[in-house]
Amino acid sequence: MRFIFKTDYAQDIKLARHGGHLFWYGSLLLVLAAVPWLFDEYWLAQLTFVLIYSIAGLGLMLLAGFTGLFSLGHAAFLGVGAYTQAALTNAGLPFPLALACAAGLSAGVGWLVGLPALRVKGIYLGIATLSLGFIVEEVFARWESVTGGNAGTHIQKPDLFGWVLESGTQFYFLCLLITVVATLAILNLLRSPTGRALVAIRDSEISAQSMGIHLAYYKTLSFSLSAALAGIAGALYAHKLQFISPDQFNILQSIDLLLMIVIGGVGSVHGAFLGAIFLISMPQVIALSKDHLPAAVGQAPGLQGLVYGVVLIAFVLFEPQGLYGRWLKIRTYLQMFPFYRKGMFKRQKSFQKSDRLK
Amino acid sequence: MNPDSLLSARNLSVRFGGVLAVNDVSFEVRQGEVFTLIGPNGAGKTTVFNLISRIYTPTAGEIEFKGPDGSLSLTAQPPQSVAGLGIARTFQNIELFEHASVLNNLLIGRHTHRRTGLWQDLLFTARARETEILAREKAEEVIDFLGLQHYRDTFVAGLPYGVRKVVEMARALCTEPRLLLLDEPSSGLNVEETEDMAFWIQDIKNELGITVLMVEHDMSLVSKVSDRVLAMNQGQVLALGTPREVQQDPGVVEAYLGSIDDVSSLRRATSQSPVREGQV
Repeated sequence: MRFIFKTDYAQDIKLARHGGHLFWYGSLLLVLAAVPWLFDEYWLAQLTFVLIYSIAGLGLMLLAGFTGLFSLGHAAFLGVGAYTQAALTNAGLPFPLALACAAGLSAGVGWLVGLPALRVKGIYLGIATLSLGFIVEEVFARWESVTGGNAGTHIQKPDLFGWVLESGTQFYFLCLLITVVATLAILNLLRSPTGRALVAIRDSEISAQSMGIHLAYYKTLSFSLSAALAGIAGALYAHKLQFISPDQFNILQSIDLLLMIVIGGVGSVHGAFLGAIFLISMPQVIALSKDHLPAAVGQAPGLQGLVYGVVLIAFVLFEPQGLYGRWLKIRTYLQMFPFYRKGMFKRQKSFQKSDRLK
Repeated sequence: MNPDSLLSARNLSVRFGGVLAVNDVSFEVRQGEVFTLIGPNGAGKTTVFNLISRIYTPTAGEIEFKGPDGSLSLTAQPPQSVAGLGIARTFQNIELFEHASVLNNLLIGRHTHRRTGLWQDLLFTARARETEILAREKAEEVIDFLGLQHYRDTFVAGLPYGVRKVVEMARALCTEPRLLLLDEPSSGLNVEETEDMAFWIQDIKNELGITVLMVEHDMSLVSKVSDRVLAMNQGQVLALGTPREVQQDPGVVEAYLGSIDDVSSLRRATSQSPVREGQV
């Protein structure tokens, strides 16, 4: 059990709370930097996808986990980012500029979607964002001069002012860099007044307002930031696949994104990463286990959907706090061994205000 | 508006459809006093609170408030500006940020004093760092004042009711208000906690010099701390004066206990009730 004895206010706002954090996150970064030499091309590509989805997950986590606004159309922002990146890169714009435009345009669309969020809440907001997803997907399919329609469009390799990133390893490092920067930005936001204002809106709008928080501003801000991160992820996604078509940004993608943060653990930055790892590795695990299962089960169509559904239901039932919540329990168990009690994380079963149908 | 008054409500009325929740209410809150609104349930006390914190807009009437830059019409302000003007409030059914620690709740109370925008927050610049440390120093002063040291890092969701009540008051104090609105500060508290609450309200008035406007049912607390009391019933003002004066006002007594006529009319109604006779 670690007791942090605070002697200074600065200690309270540090990102790394104690030496353990420095050591473990430092080691993680070292391992991630060494991955291209440890694993082959295939696993490197999968890890790149994990990073890309983590960025989108961070965005959705900010919106759903920290501001309490659920979006069922987040793939639309991913798509806006991807198509902007494709159009601008193919027009010859260098990668950083195109990325900035992709993020900016996504943020703009996010702001637009944030406007109805000022009026509608909960399930109605879900429907509003869901319809946005459909509209944007339709635009991708119909606006053929820019998007190439249903036939899809190709995108050139990222070009950093003349230095073209040809190999998967180079692109992996680009994704890693952007992920680290995005994570630090979110962590900074969460330890500053803006982030606290978002959390306040999530827990009680009325008292947030009476504390001087401008609800309209912070809600649209949250939507914009979330969409910008999804746009960045979309841009990287487009470069990674080198080919994009409207059906990659449909409702299933939106649901995948939402699933990702719910399984990762809503309301924690770690959750975005754990969820992304889950989302990318699950199909791999299912594919690997297919060979070891009896043919009738292993070769049955829809196995993946079934497993996904079962896992999601299991999480909602047994671990609403997601993978990160489970990890917290395991960590507490180890720290307190042998004094861990079964009910330690049990909350009083009262009908919490923030659980109310909003 | 009188030179020594901080807030002045003039002819306030609110109508929700056919219900006239507040009917032509006027009062002035003087600088540095504890002003209490009392009245039976549904008298319109909380509605008056919500008018001052701009959750509702009055159908008629005006509220004037002496802000930092001279007096202004409160009814013309958007709801989120009220805190910045120096009005902080608590809620009848505690509205804390449940999934945040006590310290974070208090820091949210510092929102009107933030000095950084989005980009400075994203980059956590030196200025953001400086403001954060300053905010913590201020929050710590309030923690010391209300004796919340023990709960500093506890999550609100796990706190008992009485402590939450204090945390909510602490959060309001963190905004450094000039007028503190307390909506039933003693509801749900036991006798001992209510006594503590009385001390704190007196301390807030005497040591911090903050004017307090509160809604309260517990008459012992009201008479202990209030300088002036306004009694309301059915949206109207019944009486205004010192606690003693208001308690002895025949109109107030009638509103709380009913008049002798009421009781006798009830008696007749029961004995002559045709339903009762029919049953017998």
